[in-house]
Amino acid sequence: MRANTCGWNSRQTTCWSCAIKPVIIHDGYLTTKPHLYGRGALLVGLAFLWMGVFLFAPLAGLSALAFASRGEYGGVEWTFTWENLSRLAGHDEFGFSWNHLLILWRSVVLAAVTTVLCLLIGFPMAFWIAARPAAARPLLLALVMVPSCVNLVIRTYAWQQFLGSQMPAAWVAQHLGLVPDGASLYPTVTAVYLGMVSAMLPFTVLPLYTSVERLDWSLVEAARDLHAGRLRTFRHGILAQCMPGLLAATILTFIPSLGMFVISDMLGGAKFLLVGNLIQQQFGSMNNWPFGATAGLFLVIASLFALWGLRIVSEREAGRR
Amino acid sequence: MTLPRWVPAVSWLGMTLLYLPLLAVAVLSFNSTRYGQSWGGFTVDWYARMVSNEAILSAAWNSLVLGVISTVLATVLGTLLAIGLNRRPWPRWFKRGSDLAINLPVVTPDIILAIALVGAFAVLREWSAAFKPGMTTLIIAHTTFQISFVTLVVSSRLTTIGKDQVEAARDLYANTGQIWLRVLLPQLMPGIIAGALLAFTISLDDFVVSFFVTGPEATTLPLLIYASVRRGVTPEIHALSTVIVVGTMLAIIAVTWIQAARTAKPQE
Repeated sequence: MRANTCGWNSRQTTCWSCAIKPVIIHDGYLTTKPHLYGRGALLVGLAFLWMGVFLFAPLAGLSALAFASRGEYGGVEWTFTWENLSRLAGHDEFGFSWNHLLILWRSVVLAAVTTVLCLLIGFPMAFWIAARPAAARPLLLALVMVPSCVNLVIRTYAWQQFLGSQMPAAWVAQHLGLVPDGASLYPTVTAVYLGMVSAMLPFTVLPLYTSVERLDWSLVEAARDLHAGRLRTFRHGILAQCMPGLLAATILTFIPSLGMFVISDMLGGAKFLLVGNLIQQQFGSMNNWPFGATAGLFLVIASLFALWGLRIVSEREAGRR
Repeated sequence: MTLPRWVPAVSWLGMTLLYLPLLAVAVLSFNSTRYGQSWGGFTVDWYARMVSNEAILSAAWNSLVLGVISTVLATVLGTLLAIGLNRRPWPRWFKRGSDLAINLPVVTPDIILAIALVGAFAVLREWSAAFKPGMTTLIIAHTTFQISFVTLVVSSRLTTIGKDQVEAARDLYANTGQIWLRVLLPQLMPGIIAGALLAFTISLDDFVVSFFVTGPEATTLPLLIYASVRRGVTPEIHALSTVIVVGTMLAIIAVTWIQAARTAKPQE
């Protein structure tokens, strides 16, 4: 056996912990668990310290902030209250109002419809890319991903330009009598959906593609051989196999859509408020951080569900291999 | 496999949705009309003005400095984290917990990260003036969400390369320093570079977090574009957007091409 059992320090001849703790083999040399943990803690410690200070503690603080009161001049007072929560549920100082519930509802509907639209367009796209020759696939996939790497503000701004009053799209709509003469096509709900779908589509296509690419086509053939109709073949032969990808795509599209505020802000106008816009207002001009944090908590809970869902997907994937 | 005929049609619809607006901006960037969108003739004047526009140049510089510093920080921290997590016999609860912690910033909507950081900086400011909104807070904020992406990419590379070579190096009496510098890091390099590139792209791309944590004197390109949209756009912004789109496209296609060339090459 080597003199240096731990590899910790070449001048160190024995390790004090080796003498008293059970010895294990790790990476091909003898050592003890406490010793490995000690050095491992050094490796993971820096990053976890950083994330602890700038991510986990702030997120915990945010959750606490949701139950704090607003100070007289817009500051935060750390006295416990349910007021923010009940305000989000509709009870404010002037009695009951649907405003905030409507904002939550609108955000959920927007995210859900965007996700469905993205799946309807993204699923065929995944098959289409997977059916190309092997050499063309990475390039096509890159082409789908390129817009997602272009800044969202630029892409949304591009939609504003495209839907502008003197552009062909508006011209057609004006001549069909859908909008008044000289009007642009934004801010409208349609414009928001166009912006949303084109922003989220890459995140739908990518996970779908990875599961379509690994599809076992013999199962599809088997379904055909057993005289399954087109619909049943699709459902049991294809869809069932793509379920993990479908779930991942749904989550990766739905959660970011839920927190969106740039697109609704730039394409939806002042009346189209989402949770994201509400949070931005409370942290900005309204200067009511506790209420903003309460609205944020809604998103945090949604994303925790997402984490849980993704975990199930990855565990199933691991089980399949 | 044979696909129904509507599948390519829907796919092209998707591609159109992705590229049509970008194309519209590119066309408008060559339009000589200053206000409105009516076609006034072809010009490259806006590109010339863009490169002499102080605000655009300083925003571009800020974006670059922010991207480079935060990427370097996040790459170092994220790589150490990945190695530490993958190469130590951690108990199961710790592994699960870390997995969750690393995935958290990836799935949390960025507006949540943004307001959490705004709150944190407000608290830290009471303690030190270094946390006043500006470049420092931007760098900290970007590094925070970049770490996860670097760790995820490097972790998958660690799984791919396996432990054999490190164990072989140990058997041949390499010390820890030699193992890191001669065995582990060279093998990890493609993963580290990929992680850093991803982190850099995300930093350049970020608007929401920057919007919340920045101060008046640190404007990045996305913030500048958002502000110009608010004020009423000058055609220089069309030119700038087009340059960014084309630049991103070239970068991604280059990376794809290099990767394709790498995989086509037989394993060393």
